[in-house]
Amino acid sequence: MIELDGVGVSLGGQSIVERVSFEVPEGTLVGLVGPNGAGKTTVVKTINGLLAPDDGEVRIDGDPVTGLSAREVSRRVATVPQDTSLGFDFPVREVVAMGRTPHRSRFERTSPVDREAVAEALERTRIAEFADRSIEAVSGGERQRVILARALCQRSSHLLLDEPTASLDIGHGVRILRLAREFVSEGKTALAAIHELDLAARFCEELVLLADGEVLATGPPEAVLTETDLEAAFGVDVAVTSHPVTGAVSATALPDRPSRSASVHVLGSGQEGAAAITRCWRAGFRTTAGTLPKGDVALARARALDIEAATTEPFAPISPAARQESARMIREADVTVLAEGREAYRELAAASERTVVFGENDVNEGGADDGPRAIGATAASGGTEGDATLDTPIENGEHECEGSERVQVGSDDTLVDAIERVLDGRDGSEN
Amino acid sequence: MERWGRTLLWCGGLSLALIASVLASATIGPVSIPIPVVARVVLDGISVPTLALASGPSETGAAAVSLARLGVGIEFVSPFEFSVPETSRVIVAQLRLPRIVLAAVVGFSLASAGAVMQGFFRNPMADPSIIGVSSGAAAGAVAFIVFPLSVPFGLQGMAFGGALAAAFLVYLIATEGGRTPVATLLLAGIAIQTFLGAVISFMLLQAGWQLKQAVYWLMGHLQASTWGEVGATLPVALLAFAVLAAYARDLNVLLLGEADARSLGIEVERTKRILLGIASVITAGAVAVAGVIGFVGLIVPHVMRLLVGPDHRILLPTSALAGAVFLVLADTAARTGPAELPVGIVTAALGAPFFIYLLRRREVHAL
Repeated sequence: MIELDGVGVSLGGQSIVERVSFEVPEGTLVGLVGPNGAGKTTVVKTINGLLAPDDGEVRIDGDPVTGLSAREVSRRVATVPQDTSLGFDFPVREVVAMGRTPHRSRFERTSPVDREAVAEALERTRIAEFADRSIEAVSGGERQRVILARALCQRSSHLLLDEPTASLDIGHGVRILRLAREFVSEGKTALAAIHELDLAARFCEELVLLADGEVLATGPPEAVLTETDLEAAFGVDVAVTSHPVTGAVSATALPDRPSRSASVHVLGSGQEGAAAITRCWRAGFRTTAGTLPKGDVALARARALDIEAATTEPFAPISPAARQESARMIREADVTVLAEGREAYRELAAASERTVVFGENDVNEGGADDGPRAIGATAASGGTEGDATLDTPIENGEHECEGSERVQVGSDDTLVDAIERVLDGRDGSEN
Repeated sequence: MERWGRTLLWCGGLSLALIASVLASATIGPVSIPIPVVARVVLDGISVPTLALASGPSETGAAAVSLARLGVGIEFVSPFEFSVPETSRVIVAQLRLPRIVLAAVVGFSLASAGAVMQGFFRNPMADPSIIGVSSGAAAGAVAFIVFPLSVPFGLQGMAFGGALAAAFLVYLIATEGGRTPVATLLLAGIAIQTFLGAVISFMLLQAGWQLKQAVYWLMGHLQASTWGEVGATLPVALLAFAVLAAYARDLNVLLLGEADARSLGIEVERTKRILLGIASVITAGAVAVAGVIGFVGLIVPHVMRLLVGPDHRILLPTSALAGAVFLVLADTAARTGPAELPVGIVTAALGAPFFIYLLRRREVHAL
């Protein structure tokens, strides 16, 4: 059990972390997340006794770390440091065996327990096959596992990992965190400073969000990785979604976007709708989205981008309430983007003063089934037509609804241009 | 265990090489004395302490350790009595062997201190002089030669004292709040070396007829060595080496970096203090009797690292023995030329080209 109680550390007169309090209970893997320079490494170094806190205290199994000798600390806490590059060529096995240092006295020879611990660590981290190679001759991902093996060799009940996945490919990163999970599944305690939020959310029971040296939030990933907190911590727009495969909370930093005064309502579900929503949002339009079935990717995208959307039940006709809501949004919007050529959407779009048709949907052919689909599919039915629309981004608005300007968009980049054109009053349809 | 086997094999081989080079060196000189004669002189010189039941105070007097009350004494018995021409005996036992053995002790000391310093600083350019030990010894020695000083143990005492004082000063400068960052230590060492260099130059300017003696000392020499010097240096060297060897595993862990070492349970600052102190003492002991002999502490550990790897449990003893062999051979070369050279010239003249060769082959890149 690791407890931090109002810990403050300053280095060179500058306060690095302040009032940091959290605990890592037995049997859990806690992720320490936050931007670079938030103080994650400082917190790790305070826990393993490398730095002494100026305020507060760190307790390992109830004992303040500052009162323990280096040897006592190293018997309780093993650390995998951030920088694992070594400048000399010890064999991997020797590097791992150095993990036994806390348990051996100066004149003691290697005991059977030592040998067993080394063998077990090599086995667990799956580095046994290159145990006799030089540490200089293994890849970065393998070296990280060597250092983890060294830490496991300490047979401590606490494990600290400082950015164990930084500079590793996803395969190696995931492997390291799985080993950390195995470690805690034996009732031990682990704390990992990770800057990859998705990995942290996936592997840690709890997260501690650190920003500017202070704890911003603690708790399960869903509670910590909120847009508000992440935006405060990282200083950029962040989209939080649920990962489609792992189901874990997933956070993505969003690019800066310009701000435009015009508003856009996007009609369209599925990938097409999602793409249109993203482009409008990124271009800086005030964006709303209409009649999206629950569980649809376009709806998920809208939620992630904090975009207001009218929702309806999947596999059912659009509910009157959703239709009304969407219609209201269309009235309030300057432009409606028709991203899916379904009959119901076309009906809704008809009320709009300015419409931009987005994607490869042919407005005439769409709408074979009226109920919105849960999973969007591109309705690129006619190959020739699809190609044609791609080649000529702005096409004649042949099928105009009465009183509305229409522009068909084929290529992605021109959606924003088309919206701009429609807004400027040039409908792009002059022959 | 494999490592033990390798360590024993290397140390055994190097010990044999050391014995062989000592014996061979003793045959060489203005008077050529064949190996069998040298061997006999050496064997004659061996005295074995034996437990002897004595009836009252031992007749051997001074040699007997007084456990007489228990009726047990320790006598030194020479098991061999070969007949050797007296002149050969004097040349080998009184002139050549003290110098050769001292060369071995000095080489042993410098190379083990060098191995420790390189590991400690994690810097391939580190050698025992890096924390000002050699400069301090030189300043002390030159001061003694140039100025009419009266100090206990004379020149050697001044050199030894100067060496430790300089090392301690460097340590004090580099230490703040109980921490001694290695980089600061290195820079402080360079600063003190530079300053002492100025002091030495100034003293040399003041020197009159003693100038030649001072310069000669600075070049590093083993001329006119006595058994007394061996007797003073050897225990220091062996004792200090034993301590350093006990810290071999900690040195390995220190190679991982201080933060890692600490998280593996090493009291980093205390270990650094001990290693610095002992390496300074063993270097000071060597420099005090032999002057500034460069390159032994730098290249011998390097070459051994190429041969046996970075593990200090094997690197340290093999470096020490190889250093002894190297300096015995270098000193033999120094005294057999048409004019006798200070051994420091020989070690640098042999060592530098060899080091450059290693550099060009890219075999010396890191620890």
